[in-house]
Amino acid sequence: MTDETQEKGAAEAPERANAPDMARPLILGRKLGMLQHFKADGSVVAATVIAAEPNVVTYVRTRERDGYAAVQLGFGRVRDGEITKAERGHLKDVPAVRHLREVRLESTDGFAPGQVVSVERFAPGDKVHVTGMSKGKGFQGPVHLHHFHTGPRSHGSDHYRRQGSVGSGTTPGRLLKGLRMAAHQGSDRVTVKNLEILKADADRAVLVIAGAVPGARNGIVMVRKA
Amino acid sequence: MTLTMDDALRQLAQEQMKTDLPEIRPGDTVRVSVRVIEGNRERLQNYEGTVLRVRGGGLDEQVTVRRVASGVGVERTFMLHSPRVEKIEVTRHGHARRAALYFLRERVGKAATLREKRR
Repeated sequence: MTDETQEKGAAEAPERANAPDMARPLILGRKLGMLQHFKADGSVVAATVIAAEPNVVTYVRTRERDGYAAVQLGFGRVRDGEITKAERGHLKDVPAVRHLREVRLESTDGFAPGQVVSVERFAPGDKVHVTGMSKGKGFQGPVHLHHFHTGPRSHGSDHYRRQGSVGSGTTPGRLLKGLRMAAHQGSDRVTVKNLEILKADADRAVLVIAGAVPGARNGIVMVRKA
Repeated sequence: MTLTMDDALRQLAQEQMKTDLPEIRPGDTVRVSVRVIEGNRERLQNYEGTVLRVRGGGLDEQVTVRRVASGVGVERTFMLHSPRVEKIEVTRHGHARRAALYFLRERVGKAATLREKRR
């Protein structure tokens, strides 16, 4: 199965033109996992591997028509029946892709649907910002979420992981806005800034980035030059 | 060409791994040639001792090596696949019945030696 899809991908590749240069190149990818990386000086760093097959420009938004300038990038192979007819219609002039993300740009001059953005725009040593959706932690209490101190564990305290006072009494008679309380944690859009590219492998469409990146394995991440 | 998740990670790890490492087990005596950078000079330093434990596997494999130097016990942990470990050779196979030989820390002199493994 893998061989077949790879051949198909290779056959498609040459006919696609490169999208114009961007002031801050960016690419969408999938977080694969982490491993150790030995640098040339012998030091070892934790590294995240991101699969970033060439992204296809699927749509261009212009200030005149849409009120803002952006390109819509897509990636991810789809099998038959995996996307709806509506999605297929939207992608009728470009290869079918699974994931779409819009990225605002200063100007979209020169961009056209069908162009590609690949890992080649990155080189080892580049600093990048990586944006992704953090892992969901569920509804968390004040101790986990805001690092509040815990209460006494014993002597019948009944106050072990609870929050303390939340405000005064009759005056002001209400809670102050912004008071930190238990809430949902995680599943946020998070950007980690200034990570270093360790390896950019165009043949395998893989980026290796020093440090950790938001989200779980297989999560979609956006890598953008700092 | 896009690889499956496992393939890419495995390949990237494999590329960094050494292929010529001997099998090292707890209790073995090993000699490690370590690249040491002194100022702007780089030289090799030998470090010989008993393997207390082997930790991790694949690219992340580490060994903790204990030796008594000038009467002081020294334990160093080496990442086997690090480029700073120039060479590692097993000079003696010790007989060990456990995976982590921390009991050697309490022993001095001959008591801290292990029987040679019968091969």
